[in-house]
Amino acid sequence: MTGLFQALGRWALGKFERLGRSNLFLLRTLASVPGLALRPGLVVRELFSVGVLSLVIIVVSGLFVGMVLGLQGYVTLVRFGAAESLGVAVALTLVRELGPVVSALLFAGRAGSALTAEIGLMKATEQLAGLEMMAVDPVKRVVAPRFLAGFISLPMLTAIFSAVGVGGGYFVGVGLLGVDSGAYWSQMQAQVDFYEDVMNGVIKSLVFGFVVSWIAVFEGYDATPTSEGVGRATTRTVVNSALAVLALDFILTALMFGNF
Amino acid sequence: MDADQSPGADDALITIRDLHFARGGIRIFEGLDLDIPRGGVTGLMGPSGTGKTTLLNLIGGRLKPDRGTVRVDGEVVHELGRRDLYALRKRMGMLFQSGALLTDLSVFENVAYPLREHTRLPEPVLRELVLIKLEAVGLRGARDLMPGELSGGMARRVALARAIALDPMMIMYDEPFTGLDPITKSTIVKLIQDLNTTLGISSIVVSHDVVETMEIADTVYVVADGRVIESGTPHELWNSRSEWVCQFLRGLPDGPVPFHYPAPDDYADLWPEATK
Repeated sequence: MTGLFQALGRWALGKFERLGRSNLFLLRTLASVPGLALRPGLVVRELFSVGVLSLVIIVVSGLFVGMVLGLQGYVTLVRFGAAESLGVAVALTLVRELGPVVSALLFAGRAGSALTAEIGLMKATEQLAGLEMMAVDPVKRVVAPRFLAGFISLPMLTAIFSAVGVGGGYFVGVGLLGVDSGAYWSQMQAQVDFYEDVMNGVIKSLVFGFVVSWIAVFEGYDATPTSEGVGRATTRTVVNSALAVLALDFILTALMFGNF
Repeated sequence: MDADQSPGADDALITIRDLHFARGGIRIFEGLDLDIPRGGVTGLMGPSGTGKTTLLNLIGGRLKPDRGTVRVDGEVVHELGRRDLYALRKRMGMLFQSGALLTDLSVFENVAYPLREHTRLPEPVLRELVLIKLEAVGLRGARDLMPGELSGGMARRVALARAIALDPMMIMYDEPFTGLDPITKSTIVKLIQDLNTTLGISSIVVSHDVVETMEIADTVYVVADGRVIESGTPHELWNSRSEWVCQFLRGLPDGPVPFHYPAPDDYADLWPEATK
């Protein structure tokens, strides 16, 4: 029994120690971000690999999610004679909820895991140690540009996801199921509030971008420098990011729309 | 030879005293004393796992000792702040076993990297400097290749060109001969000797390749069990009376370092039925 408590204590201490380390790492990363203004090229290059290369998965997923929403929404709304509200249903679902959450989950799987693997492999192949010995801070040159690129990219990818999703819903609702095109757009325009709905979605995507990027760069930097260690770190990035996004989504939704 | 009486102790570039260091509960150094003289080539030899690379990391300030001091060019490395440590590192070059080249940059850009980071040289001057460094290691013609297109020996030569880019006072070589064919090995040996002489720097070669290290080193330290067990010139070490040093230098399979890992009694362990 004592052994069980000891193991539990060791586990908890290890988790808290790691949490503390990740927070110190975040402070170091944030302190390095202003210096990137002098080297915008570093961020632009990462914006390409983190953001632009994630476009395909975001666009394709957004299209199919929007099409499914259009189909499901139509089937439900038509029972109540409210098929014309399909545009509002699709848009609100996307900008408030599915856009930020699904984009963040896809981003964690595509770009987050790539960031972790890249930094972890740089550590395993002594590239980070090499930078340190050249008197170059790897947090400034390697971590901070990737973190910033991730933070900037996700809100933009979310906007694209939601826009494509609305298009997908239009294609199914109006194009295939016969909902009136004017009603689709006008109801959306009338019912979707810019501050209440769109801006809250943007805030969510900013928070998710911050957290997913933080987890990804920390896991890479903290990875055990072996192929197995990098593999584990990549898995942890995807799992921890997904859990963090879903938990934060509930908290943010409660704060934004809960009327507490 | 006692470490405190080692050659050049008075004018040592690196002075290590009473170094204690443990990692993951394993004691790596227990009271290690060592002096590395200015100029010349110093070899640090010992079996795998004795902490030779760890010692380089302690000298470079990537690790902090649990006790004792590591002094480089008069400065206690582990007491320096980040700014001063980085200033000191600009005067150190390090060749990693893997080369540690940045894989997304070409050979030229890898060598240019420390210059771009720490100087504001005009592009034509920078280009000239990089090509001179590459010429010194015989790879001026490989400037446009990517690290993935290089052999292990070429990668190490590019890393060497990068290590001397800022004209350091010393270069640390971490296992520079490991995994190389004989021709490449002799190329690296020649490069270490030539660069040491022409640049007038101090070189520290960490290796367990006896022949190559003894060939180029002016002074050799043999490290084992967390301390220096022998030091001197290569000639002195070849004539050492220490059984341990003889076993290590001649590569004998059994001796003070036993062939067998500690195990229970043979008979009882191998034939437990017979002992009942």
